[in-house]
This record gives sequence, structure tokens and C-alpha cells, in this order.
Amino acid sequence: MLNWISENQQYIYIVILMIFLGIEVIGRVPSVLHTPLMSGANAIHGVVIIGAIIVMGKAESNNYVALILGFLAVILGTLNVVGGFVVTNRMLEMFKGKKEKKH
Amino acid sequence: MLSELLTLIYILASVTFIIGLKMLSNPAKARNGNLIAAAGMTLAILGTIFLYKDEYGQRLHNYGWIFGGIIIGAVVGALAAKKVKMTAMPEMVSLFNGMGGACAMLISVVEFNHLSEVFYKPGWSEVPWKINGAIIGHLLTIYAGAFIGSVSFAGSIIAWGKLNGKVKDFSFKGQHIFNIVLLFVIIGLIIFLLFGLNPLNYKLFYLIPFLSLVYGVLFVFPIGGADMPVVISLLNSFTGVAAACGGFLYDNKVMLTGGILVGAAGTLLTILMCKAMNRSLKNVLIGNFGGSKTVAAQSKSGGNYKEISVSDAAVAMAYAKKVMIVPGYGLAVAQAQHACHELENMLEEKGVEVKYAIHPVAGRMPGHMNVLLAEADVSYDKLLEMEHANDEFKTTDVVLILGANDVVNPAAKTDKSSPIYGMPVLEVEEAKMVIVNKRSMKPGYAGIENELFFKPKTSMLFGDAKNILQQLVVEVKEL
Repeated sequence: MLNWISENQQYIYIVILMIFLGIEVIGRVPSVLHTPLMSGANAIHGVVIIGAIIVMGKAESNNYVALILGFLAVILGTLNVVGGFVVTNRMLEMFKGKKEKKH
Repeated sequence: MLSELLTLIYILASVTFIIGLKMLSNPAKARNGNLIAAAGMTLAILGTIFLYKDEYGQRLHNYGWIFGGIIIGAVVGALAAKKVKMTAMPEMVSLFNGMGGACAMLISVVEFNHLSEVFYKPGWSEVPWKINGAIIGHLLTIYAGAFIGSVSFAGSIIAWGKLNGKVKDFSFKGQHIFNIVLLFVIIGLIIFLLFGLNPLNYKLFYLIPFLSLVYGVLFVFPIGGADMPVVISLLNSFTGVAAACGGFLYDNKVMLTGGILVGAAGTLLTILMCKAMNRSLKNVLIGNFGGSKTVAAQSKSGGNYKEISVSDAAVAMAYAKKVMIVPGYGLAVAQAQHACHELENMLEEKGVEVKYAIHPVAGRMPGHMNVLLAEADVSYDKLLEMEHANDEFKTTDVVLILGANDVVNPAAKTDKSSPIYGMPVLEVEEAKMVIVNKRSMKPGYAGIENELFFKPKTSMLFGDAKNILQQLVVEVKEL
């Protein structure tokens, strides 16, 4: 167990620091922004697409199961990333338009 | 050299995610924050495609498949996100979240297949590796990714269906217990397959995503529609954790940081949303919004309500000193935000003070109303948050409620048996007169009666919000 911890200490540090950072970073969000923030976070976890690309890129060209599943994963991951950022941007566009007119 | 460049790209991308998320929680910077995170993501994706090398120094291949998938996903995703109506944005977020969960699930399945290929060699009767920490860690991330990704996928799809009305609340007796048992079965299976994986039982792995999909469906099914935002936020953080599992699997720090960051931020956001409704997360998840519907419907339903004509309503508002508008889901459905702004302008020309009272969970998601009204150019400082609005109702002459119901239900303060008891509500009954615009007398999303509609101060103005508002504008103009 101790061995395992010291072997993987990099990961453990990253996980712990990211948990606190994630909490700290959005700690003071006004409720107005809850929906766009959720949508933005939704787009960011689309980073899972990188895993899908690696799966796809590693699949042997005669392994059809892996090719098809990987292909689906790439499509779904891209949907998550692109759709997520575009929807968030559309929500926020309205806030911005408002601000500019005020000044 | 190239793989060092990729490391740099991943570090940059991780930083853009953190900065993006930080800026997203500030109204003035939010939009740029989103663009920064998107730029980081693009960089990370392109870097992975062209620079990635696996542990044997092999570059990726199947570029045709990769670009094909990305192009299909990008076109469909961008079109769907651009075409979707403002009212349907919450379910769109849920749907995209489900796609991410499904992606994590598929990655786990493919990786497990890859791993289990060694079993297909004839003659193997034992696992061809020594069970050690590294292997267990590897298997655990595969199982966890399959489990969490599947729950998130199935749950998000159900949440999506619930928000657009395709899926009705559904629960059976003892469902909570069944869910908990199912959860333990999945966890038990994961532990068994961690330590006891062998060539005879490896196919049991496919039970993990399967049972997890069932669990995701049953997990979201009984939760009432009013709580869907909280559920989507929670599933959002689940997908973050599923993405982080992929980070462990591929020793990929950008997936790890992005995933954990969203997992943590999403969990906090879920709790903040619960706080806005004055409920605990536990209460939302195992509380029976749907289940107690029958009980609540029996209590205090019926009674008499009075209707008001459009012209009477117009007169009442035009000659008031202060009018407070309470927007709700009905406004969003009818896309009536522009008509609403027009009415506001007409009334202000007549010297009436017009403000909006925004309940934090009005509509289908926190902030839903702010986004809608901002679209119609309603000035920011006219939008009052709940506490301020509640201070001002006492001096308000007319409250115009546009398709809001549960957020103005006084039962939340007075009726202990009500499922929404304890939720802070807008105290509209403090005003001199209340006009409620609804399409019919049907109860709101939480499925409970609203005694406000039967009070002597209250008048009902039935009809589609946009239609009614346009008629009101005409009437006020003519006065």
C-alpha cells in the first residue's frame, strides 16, 4: 500500500490539488451564472475525447469491434466538446450584449 | 521533441481549463472564459492527434476514422447547439453531458477488450499476469470509467427526456431499496473482478456497463422534474470523474486535471443549487418529490378562483405605482421575453415602476430567467434577486406572474406536509394584487396544488404568455 502511494504520488498530488482548486475556483459564483457555468464545465469534461482519439488511433485496422466502438466514442466526445462550448457561448452572448449596451 | 511539445500543450490546456472555469463564475468575463477553455481544448485535441506516441513510441493511425468522427460530431454538435431554442438549453446540456458519459463508457469497453484479448489464446487457464498494484489500478480505472460513464449516460438521457416531457415520473414500491441493492451488486462485481479476474469469468465485465445503465435509469426516474437541474449538475460532475478515469488509464494529465476539476466544481455547484432551493442533496436524491404527489394533490385542492379579463388587467397595471413581474417556465415556453420587455416599456412610459422578481430556480435551471430576459434586453438592475424582491412586495401594487407556480407557492412556508416545504419562495401574497397568467389550472412541475390561486387577492389570466402579453401591450397603449 505504502509502495503504491509513493509510486503514484504524482497522481495523488494532482487529484488532491485539483479537488481543492475546483471548489475554490467557482466558490463565489452568483446564482445567475449557475446554468452557464454548468454548461461550461460540461464542455470541459469533454476532454474525454482525447481518450477516444487515443483508442481510435491505436485500434488495429482488422479489429472491427474496436474500430466501431472507438469511432462512436470519437463522435460522442466531439458532440460533448463542440456542443458544450457552443451552447455555453450562446447563453453568455446574451449577457455580453446587455453589458455593451449599458455603457 | 514532439512528445515534449505535447506535454507542453497539455499543461497549457490544463491551465486554460482552470482559468476558463474561474472566468465563467464572473458575469463580465464569463464569455471570454468559455472561449479560452475552448481554445485550450482545441489545442489539446490537435496535439493528441498529431503528436501522441504510445509507450512503444508508436504514432496513432486510423486518421480517416478519427477525422471522420470529429467532423460528424462537430457538425452535428454545432448545429444542434445553434438551432436549439433558449427554452430547450437545459435539456441540451443534459444530452451533451450524456454523450460525454457514453464516450467514457465506450473507452472503458474498448480498453477491456484490448486487455482481454490475451484470454482468447487457447490454453490459457490462468491470468497471464501477476495480480499486483499496477494491474489492479489499471483494471479499477477501466471498471470505474465503465460504471460512472454508464450511469452518467443513462441518467442524462432520462433527465433530458424528463425536461422535454417525453419521460414521465416513474417509481415503484421499494425502488430506493432496489437501487441501493443494485448499487451494491455493481460495486461487489467490480471488487470481484478486480481480484478474481480469470479467463473463465472475464465476460462478466460486460455486466458492469449493463447494470450501470439500468442503475442510471432507475436513479433518475423517481426524481421530480423540479429537481432535474440538480441532477444534471450531479451527473455533470460524474462525467468529470469518468473522464479522469481515462486520464489514469492513459497516463494523460490533461484528462486527469480537466476531469477532476469538473468533478469537484460540479459537486460544489450541485450543492450550491440545492442551497438555492434550501434543500439538502440527500433530500433531492432520495426525497420523494414524485412519490408524495398523490398525498399533496389530495390536500386543499379545489376551491374557487376568479378570472380577470385582459383589459381589466391592463388597467390595473397601468394605474399602479409599482408592478413586479415574476417570470417562470411559462414565459420560457411561450418565448414571451420580448413581449414582456415591450410591456415593461409601455408601463414605464405611463410612469409605472416595473421590476422583475427572479427566483433562483425559476424555469428549469438556476439562472434560466436571467438568460431569457437578458436576451430581450431587459436591464440588469431591474432584475431583483429573491431576498430583495421579498422586501419590495409589500410596497408593490400589482404582481404579474408569468407561468411561474412552485416558486410562488405559499405552501412552502406554511404547509409542513407539502413536498416543497422549506423551499424559499417569492412572497407575492404581500402585494396588493396578484395577477397569475397560466395556460390552465394544471399544477406546476412539482405536481402540487397552489393555494395562491384561490386567494381573494389573486386573479387568473388564462392563456399563452406571449399572446396575453401582446394583448396587454395593445390595451396599455390605448389607455
